[in-house]
Amino acid sequence: MDMNEIKEIFFQECEEQLAELESGLLRLNDGDRDPETVNAVFRAVHSIKGGAGAFGLDDLVSFAHVFETTLDCVRSNKLEPTQEVLKVMLKSADVLADLTNVARDGGSVDQARSAQLIRELEALAKGEAPPAAATPAPVAAAPKAAPVAKAAPAPVAAAPLVNDEGFMPVAFSFDDFGGEEESVSDLPAYDIVFKPKSELYTKGNEATLLLRDLSRLGEMSIHCNMDNLPGLDQMDPETAYFSWKISIKTDKGEDAIRSVFEFAEWDCDLEVTALDAGEAGEGSDDDLPMQPVPFDLSVLDGEPDAPIGVVEEEEQLAAAAAAQEAAVAAAETASNVLQMAGNAARASAADKGAAATAAAQNNAQQAASAAAPTIRVDLDRVDRLINLVGELVINQAMLSQSVIENDSNGVSSINMGLEELQQLTREIQDSVMAIRAQPVKPVFQRMARTVREIADITGKSVRLVTEGENTEVDKTVIDKLAEPLTHMIRNAVDHGLEMPEKRLAAGKPAEGTVKLTAKHRSGRIVIELSDDGAGINRERVRQKAIDNDLIAADANLSDEEIDNLIFHAGFSTAEKVSDLSGRGVGMDVVKRSIQALGGRINISSKPGHGSVFTMSLPLTLAVLDGMVVTVAGQTLVVPLTAIVETLQPDAASIHSFGATQRLISIRNSFCPLVDVGRILNFRATQANPVEGVALLVESEGGGQRALMVDAIQGQRQVVIKSLEANYTHVPGIAAATILGDGRVALILDVDAVVAASRGQSLQQESSLAAAG
Amino acid sequence: MKKKVLTVDDSRTIRNMLLVTLNNAGFETIQAEDGVEGLEVLEDANPDVIVTDINMPRLDGFGFIEGVRKNEKYRAIPILVLTTESDAEKKNRARQAGATGWIVKPFDPTKLIDAIERVTA
Repeated sequence: MDMNEIKEIFFQECEEQLAELESGLLRLNDGDRDPETVNAVFRAVHSIKGGAGAFGLDDLVSFAHVFETTLDCVRSNKLEPTQEVLKVMLKSADVLADLTNVARDGGSVDQARSAQLIRELEALAKGEAPPAAATPAPVAAAPKAAPVAKAAPAPVAAAPLVNDEGFMPVAFSFDDFGGEEESVSDLPAYDIVFKPKSELYTKGNEATLLLRDLSRLGEMSIHCNMDNLPGLDQMDPETAYFSWKISIKTDKGEDAIRSVFEFAEWDCDLEVTALDAGEAGEGSDDDLPMQPVPFDLSVLDGEPDAPIGVVEEEEQLAAAAAAQEAAVAAAETASNVLQMAGNAARASAADKGAAATAAAQNNAQQAASAAAPTIRVDLDRVDRLINLVGELVINQAMLSQSVIENDSNGVSSINMGLEELQQLTREIQDSVMAIRAQPVKPVFQRMARTVREIADITGKSVRLVTEGENTEVDKTVIDKLAEPLTHMIRNAVDHGLEMPEKRLAAGKPAEGTVKLTAKHRSGRIVIELSDDGAGINRERVRQKAIDNDLIAADANLSDEEIDNLIFHAGFSTAEKVSDLSGRGVGMDVVKRSIQALGGRINISSKPGHGSVFTMSLPLTLAVLDGMVVTVAGQTLVVPLTAIVETLQPDAASIHSFGATQRLISIRNSFCPLVDVGRILNFRATQANPVEGVALLVESEGGGQRALMVDAIQGQRQVVIKSLEANYTHVPGIAAATILGDGRVALILDVDAVVAASRGQSLQQESSLAAAG
Repeated sequence: MKKKVLTVDDSRTIRNMLLVTLNNAGFETIQAEDGVEGLEVLEDANPDVIVTDINMPRLDGFGFIEGVRKNEKYRAIPILVLTTESDAEKKNRARQAGATGWIVKPFDPTKLIDAIERVTA
């Protein structure tokens, strides 16, 4: 793994943290005051900052730092997370997301916006009301990245640092020590008195290691003071008895010496005295009777278990030091066992307390989902598996077919085995598909941001309610869902909801509600977007349609048909081109993207009460249940979801209408009859309907058509193989598949065929699709 | 024999960086995602040194260090804390909990290895 891969992981993690951040903030917004929610929000920003720092993403670091500081105020109860505060934080989360995206994909962020939010966040942290956006302060107010390692040097004075609480980290690098030895006698000399306290050892520091580090600075001599060492019978193994006096010659300076003791400075008395040139090495034994101790580094560099410390004549000293060492490590087992037992009891009591709290917080479900073990897998691997399973399905179908063809009695054990194989294959396929299934939550969360932004721009007050966020659907579907949804949400807020005054006048709450729900329904996912706005102004839509020559001035349209006019290409309901619709596209493009996913979209609207958009999408784009039919000698697959019913027309039910049109009468209503073979140019003239089968299909506008095919072969689940990847888009054809007999069959694009039957040719349809 | 490092950090990014840096420097690395997991794997991991983050879910770095120090076998093991900035208060709390030293983020491989070398034999 290299840094680029880790960076990729970082951005993935950012996405998760941003989602976590947003959902946490939204929970707080809903009145959740669980400290763990605040902690999770804080950690999300903290993690992003930590990773960003490692990659030198300074903009991200500095913004995250300010954000984190303000969140820390909330965490420590210095700042009440009111709606006002959370509004700033939600916007900050958006900016953080932008900064992350820019860091990954390049581009630029809205500097003014992030500078403004930094000011607002800082004001909150100081306990002020957020400054109004109208009074922009200089952008330079943005703080720099958090100060890092190379902070202020330690005080030069020789005063002990024991009680100094304001620790300052000092950069430390062994690179500095690689140089050739200079003439030692010319180097500045220092006397160091180092007296560890017991705490130094209990925190895992080690005097020997500190002395080793010190020795790397230059030539030194060490004197160990053992005066305080009592007899073995009185020795407390937990106490530090030794102190050291060190004389060192180094050109690295006092800071370097102090930085050796960086981790230990609280837990020792340390005096560093710079000596005059001539003073070095002598006159230092005045007050402390010390024995010189040759310091043998090779002992440390060897086996870690080897006794540490001293050689030759100082064996006595070594023995004493080792004794203390061993004693410290061994400690008083009995008392500690008791202590640990006590701790264990406390811990389990605390666990129970925590469990009770958690249960009370009604977050059980969330906790459960977080606890489920997961692994991360490259999408490529899953896709390869899906592809292979697709091949397996095809292969299994081919095998079944050839067995049936060669086995006349049809009840052999091979046949039964094959049926089991078919079932297993299907199950494997479902399971593999489930790997790709993801909850729609991330997309829904993105919509929350869209709502906030548009609410800001339009000056409307909007609340987004989401339901069924955990509904799962294929990842490809999710990825392609964001864009049409974003546009629909924009429309709902911009065009659907009224201004607050108007709402109040109509007896509605000033705050509008946009509701986004997802649910599974009969093998599809249904996503509903509703608003409690004014609903569709049918008069205006109708007038606009007439102005744009979409309908005749005297056309007699049902309410539903008028509502569906907004899906027509080039139709825009906004009277003025607002900031939003200016950059947006028409609802026709939304409809097309939904259709491209194999979905349908409908609108129902109630004047004064709002509109509901209903989208129904397949759960996966990899397989579909289809009806295999024959048309002019060709085998085609019609998606089962499009078919309402099939019927065998009799001569009496067929009626001619105009020169070429024919209608079929079904239960006292007429439905246009469409010959699929003719539309696809499989044949020059229309086939006789009585000799074929009619498939009643429902198209997007809600209108029905009867598609004429020659014969039905059966129903089958087919693996979708894109034609566009290897060929080009074929009008009227959605994709292709491989059937059990190994032949390729085309999958019919029902909506395109229906549209073509309305008079548009398939070529036009395709050029529109390309434009969309 | 390779020295064993137990790292405890909830950030996948930092975990990966620690892993790469430590493995490149010839350490054996065991990783945990939070303090609770860190304590769970402690016995089996039997590390020579521990590197831990402070802000973590379930059990933070302070609690984790205290937990390690309570364990008879690991009460003197070197524990290094990853801190984001020189926050004196946080550092003091870590020290009181029993931390040996600290590594200041942003994450820097050299600083990490230096610090580990300083506290291990």
